[in-house]
Amino acid sequence: MTEADAPLRPPLLTLAGVARTYGNGTVALAGVDATIRQGDFVSLVGPSGCGKSTLLRIVAGLIGPSAGDVHWHTTDGSRPADIGFVFQDATLMPWASVLDNVFLPLKLRGIARDKARPQLMEALERVGLADFANAYPRELSGGMKMRVSLARALVTQPPVLLMDEPFAALDEFTREKLDDDLLALWRSQRWTVIFVTHSIYESVYLSERVLVMGARPGRILGEVAIGAPHPRGPAFRRSHDYVDHCAAVSAALREGVAP
Amino acid sequence: MNGEDKGLPRAMRVVVPVLVGIVFLGMWEAFVRLGNVPPFVLPAPSLIWTSLVLNFDSLMGSLWVTLRVTLAAFLLAIVGGIGLAILFSQSRRIEMALFPYAVVLQVTPVVAIAPLVLIWVGYDRVELAVLILAWMVAFFPILSNTTLGLRSADHNLRDLFRLYGASRWQVLAELQLPSAMPYILAGMKISGGLALIGAVVAEFVAGSGTGTGLAWRIVEAGYRLDIPRMFAALFLLSGLGIAIFFSLSWVEHLLLRRWHESAVRREF
Ligand SMILES: Nc1ncnc2c1ncn2[C@@H]1O[C@H](COP(=O)(O)OP(=O)(O)OP(=O)(O)O)[C@@H](O)[C@H]1O
Ligand SMILES: [Mg+2]
Repeated sequence: MTEADAPLRPPLLTLAGVARTYGNGTVALAGVDATIRQGDFVSLVGPSGCGKSTLLRIVAGLIGPSAGDVHWHTTDGSRPADIGFVFQDATLMPWASVLDNVFLPLKLRGIARDKARPQLMEALERVGLADFANAYPRELSGGMKMRVSLARALVTQPPVLLMDEPFAALDEFTREKLDDDLLALWRSQRWTVIFVTHSIYESVYLSERVLVMGARPGRILGEVAIGAPHPRGPAFRRSHDYVDHCAAVSAALREGVAP
Repeated sequence: MNGEDKGLPRAMRVVVPVLVGIVFLGMWEAFVRLGNVPPFVLPAPSLIWTSLVLNFDSLMGSLWVTLRVTLAAFLLAIVGGIGLAILFSQSRRIEMALFPYAVVLQVTPVVAIAPLVLIWVGYDRVELAVLILAWMVAFFPILSNTTLGLRSADHNLRDLFRLYGASRWQVLAELQLPSAMPYILAGMKISGGLALIGAVVAEFVAGSGTGTGLAWRIVEAGYRLDIPRMFAALFLLSGLGIAIFFSLSWVEHLLLRRWHESAVRREF
């Protein structure tokens, strides 16, 4: 799967003039237009408070836009039922073990725990927490909690994955490993991923397209296409291509800050 | 870290209060004996013990009556309080309509409505009247704590449940009730004690010779100036209150120790 075939993919989601004003008068988003195609890996990069989380919540249908249109190109025009969401905080149930936390999406679908067990263990293995299945969230480090939350989002194998700075709290080493794991999954499962991050480097390394956002009011400043082919590895991180793309995203971000 | 460091303070938690109790009773005994205090003013602990043994059957019977009423009122308060709180959590409108009346129940002193309830229920069914009054006192803390607890579920988790298409019932059972658990247990600890107080107060008000609980034993001993027996009943009552409190603390510990900040033991 490469950038070359991207324009051929059918559209999945179209945002047209999506705006959001919160009850206290904060204009979090003013007129966002974007198209996400099936199988895309798109990153949203922008300074804190520019409305990245807000946009992701609107896409997930957790809050509505105050203006504009969120259109899914599904048969009935509504959001696909099977969608994975990783919150900015781990958002685990403190009263449930790691295993039960990961089990939640399946439990809510009425699947029995015993039947789900292999699937649960596989999800935990993927994030390197198989040994902690019976631990409780408070017994885990911040990064481990975040990985549990990731395992929970992946356990249903959702075709659409929305991630809000999932690795921001992790150390560089773990983060790069999970970045690679995520990319491998995306390539093999042909998921659509919308990935929010603070990190220019991470966005360039992961995505096919980076949507650069600016604040006050939140809007999309521009788009940087990352043409490098997948799979990407350590070699890509050292390539001129990579550095150039990072410079391009960085320049787009600065545009939003300049008066 | 060696084992003694951890073990010692735990044993001390039992030993120290017991020692304090023994010293206190010893001083009391000495004070009464050396000061020649008459038993109808302040009986010595040994005399209270003797009275307890002598009146063992009647006191135990009364203890059982009080315990029975208290527990029944407490259980009904739990069922009613949690049930109504769940109803409130499902419909803001019902909560708006009914909550003020739940408050009325709470702010009206038991002593003030006890006579009324007794008349309605009938003096031939004092135990039922006492039960109703004790329930009224015990009910509100559970209702208000559960209501607060059901509302306090993490909003991101709520969103997650919505995202996965959870039903109302699933949100209640899997998210709201577990989130509310610490609040419910805190409410139960308050209500357990209140149920006992309610039962005793109600019986005092009813106390016209038909009551058979510990409160009535105290009234009766007072009429007869049998102060050692009065103290014996009083001790049983305190013991019952302490037992209720510690059983509930224990239940709370069992249910919360793995996850809630209030119950987990911190390591330094
Ligand atoms: N529930 C809310 N009520 C009022 N204002 C809000 C609410 N949530 C977010 N905002 C405001 O909307 C703006 C965008 O917030 P959002 O959380 O989307 O930013 P973000 O880009 O995700 O920031 P960060 O990178 O720090 O997570 C901010 O100015 C914030 O103050
Ligand atoms: Mg955010």
